Amino acid sequence: MSDTSSASAEPITGIVTPIRLDYRYTPGTAASQFLRSIKEGKLRGRRCPSCSKVYLPPRGGCPMCGVEFGEEVEVKDTGTMVTYAVVNVNFANRAVDLPYVTAEVAFDGSDTTTMVLLKGVTPEEARMGMRVKAHWLPESEWDYSLANIDYVEPLDEPDADYESYREMV
Amino acid sequence: MRDVAIISFAQHASRCEETRNEVEILLPVVREALAPTGLTSQDMGFTVSGSSDYLAGQSFAFVSALDAVGPWPPISESHVEMDGAFALYEAWVRLQHGDIDTALVYAFGKSSPGDVARVLSLQLEPYVLGPLWPDAVSLAALQARALLDGGSVSEKDLARVVARSRRNALTNPHAQLSGDYDEASLLDEPLYADPLRRHDLPPIGDGAAVVVLVAGDRARDLCEKPVWIRGIDHRIDIQSPGARDLTTSPSTRLAGQKAGLTPDVDIAELHAPFSHQELILIEALGLDETRTNINPSGGALASNPVMVAGLVRIGEAATRIAAGEGRTAVAHATSGPLLQQNLVCVLEGDS
Repeated sequence: MSDTSSASAEPITGIVTPIRLDYRYTPGTAASQFLRSIKEGKLRGRRCPSCSKVYLPPRGGCPMCGVEFGEEVEVKDTGTMVTYAVVNVNFANRAVDLPYVTAEVAFDGSDTTTMVLLKGVTPEEARMGMRVKAHWLPESEWDYSLANIDYVEPLDEPDADYESYREMV
Repeated sequence: MRDVAIISFAQHASRCEETRNEVEILLPVVREALAPTGLTSQDMGFTVSGSSDYLAGQSFAFVSALDAVGPWPPISESHVEMDGAFALYEAWVRLQHGDIDTALVYAFGKSSPGDVARVLSLQLEPYVLGPLWPDAVSLAALQARALLDGGSVSEKDLARVVARSRRNALTNPHAQLSGDYDEASLLDEPLYADPLRRHDLPPIGDGAAVVVLVAGDRARDLCEKPVWIRGIDHRIDIQSPGARDLTTSPSTRLAGQKAGLTPDVDIAELHAPFSHQELILIEALGLDETRTNINPSGGALASNPVMVAGLVRIGEAATRIAAGEGRTAVAHATSGPLLQQNLVCVLEGDS
């Protein structure tokens, strides 16, 4: 087994060791309820019983207060774009023409924002406070996924007052 | 050294959490641990957690778990990718600084979503042994074989450990495995990973545990029966299982000495996920089974939420001292493959 040539051999600088682990993921009670409702084309958040904020989607618990969420709250599919980014470099697998606008939208009735694609305006026309509405995929394509909302598009409404969404920026 | 006491402990363990995520499991346990103290998580000078992102299959899963303590306004916190017992050690060191008096320690782990015996393979060094994917059960069987071949331990001794664990676990509401078994019928069971039988393995479970630590006189103000940490130390053996004697645990022995463990201790809670490992630990710690009540909770053979079970040993030992079942206790926690890293914590109640 002795290898007298090892001193002159090329150094090994890296090896590949394939790793695969399979998991049966559990999103949690609150997030599962959200996923079941979005499969039905509904947005349902949860209200923190301590600070009264509505989270969409709900997490394990209110991250500000450290308590379990309380009641389910119906959230509308209209909302306010509290901030946005113009994307000029494409990601792999993203079949969208450049440049496009990624929006953080506070859907009406929610105190958190959700990241969605904005369509229907040029990047130059996008602005904070824009009122938007969800454009859903055809119902036959709905799944347990936020991707059921294909994108948001502008509503013919005056922009929201900055104070109304300042905390979420 | 500054006196630090455990003033509260809470735990949850179950076979498999089908619906709740880690934060949802943790939230009520945090609340239960804080309730008797009158403190809130915002009152804590330091917060530290122990968990493994490999169990969740999600990087930085420990960050989202912080939701369970409500870290707003921002808190001083830390995390170890280890069992929560090692997080408790960090909290104890932090309390030695003297500028804070309170610390919250929590641990959580869901072993059920993945194949935990395979997940634990990733603890091995990644160049030579790791790529062979020896699972945790097969490695444990190699260790048990080495121990049996050494001649000082027989299969009957393994069955004795299991029977005691199952019997003690009858009074532990958090145990997944309990019952009255005699050694002979245990030995009639078929081999699972030779020489181990199914009952020599821990159950796969999900859970969380929370400990509140308070330093000095403040502990007596907040708690009628604080349980004092008289010594705590952790040591590590060489990583490769092929490069050490698997039948002994020098790191446990050294940690016990450094923690000031004496053989007259009343209670021992030992983190031995496999039956034969309890025998290795008893020998390394110099315990006398006729003198010391070993694993009155049933130990990790009765309930083994990974990353939690070590912290539970400390909590169980403290709870029993507070309940008057003994005056002194030793709690042990392990991490890494085949008892590689070991922590020993010596506890004492007010006399």
